[in-house]
Amino acid sequence: MNNIIGMILICVGIGFDFLGVLGLVRLPDVYNRLQAATKCVTFGTAGILFGVLFIQGFNNFGFKALLGIIFIFLSSPTAAHAIARASHRSRIPLAKVSIIDKYEEDKELISKLTGEPIEKK
Amino acid sequence: MKVISWLMGLLIFTVFFYFNFFVYDGELLFKLINVLLFSSLLILIRVMLGPTPADRIVAVDILGVLIIGLLALFGLHYKESFFMDIGLIWALLSFIATIAFSKILEGRRLDE
Repeated sequence: MNNIIGMILICVGIGFDFLGVLGLVRLPDVYNRLQAATKCVTFGTAGILFGVLFIQGFNNFGFKALLGIIFIFLSSPTAAHAIARASHRSRIPLAKVSIIDKYEEDKELISKLTGEPIEKK
Repeated sequence: MKVISWLMGLLIFTVFFYFNFFVYDGELLFKLINVLLFSSLLILIRVMLGPTPADRIVAVDILGVLIIGLLALFGLHYKESFFMDIGLIWALLSFIATIAFSKILEGRRLDE
């Protein structure tokens, strides 16, 4: 029974991985690609590791898989946030179809309140 | 032109899934590993022709995440737990590399 549940979780995780990579190839923009690519993490690879935990039980392999899930959940959103902030600050343009940019508006508002000019490259 | 490239992609996906799931005679685990390797190939396409450096950084970050899943599946097949050790170390190094690359992209130095 544990084997069947684990294999189903692994199959769903690999499906999520493939769809996330498809979004990484197809979408038009850095920010859209980042949004699609972090789907690989939250249910793709974490689903695979959770299925391995179900199949193996709580021996040393299962504990290492659980440790991997915790580490990925802590590290991957941090990396995604750092990439998005760095690419917006280094003036990588948005796609032509995008209509709103809240971070730019926030920077203009802060510069208007404090009187400091926006740093430009 | 757009329709032709769309049809080419659909043809490649169909041929890969047909040969993987119906022609190739192996275990189910190896078929799933083949799907992950095909996804890595697509990521390498994005690394090669990504227009900005940020695209390449995102693609390499996601490649590290996929390789952890691949190593977990290999360990499940060979019934050895040290594959998961390699996966944990890979996750750590990939995280540090991504943070360093994004700092360089932002224009700051590494020791700030």
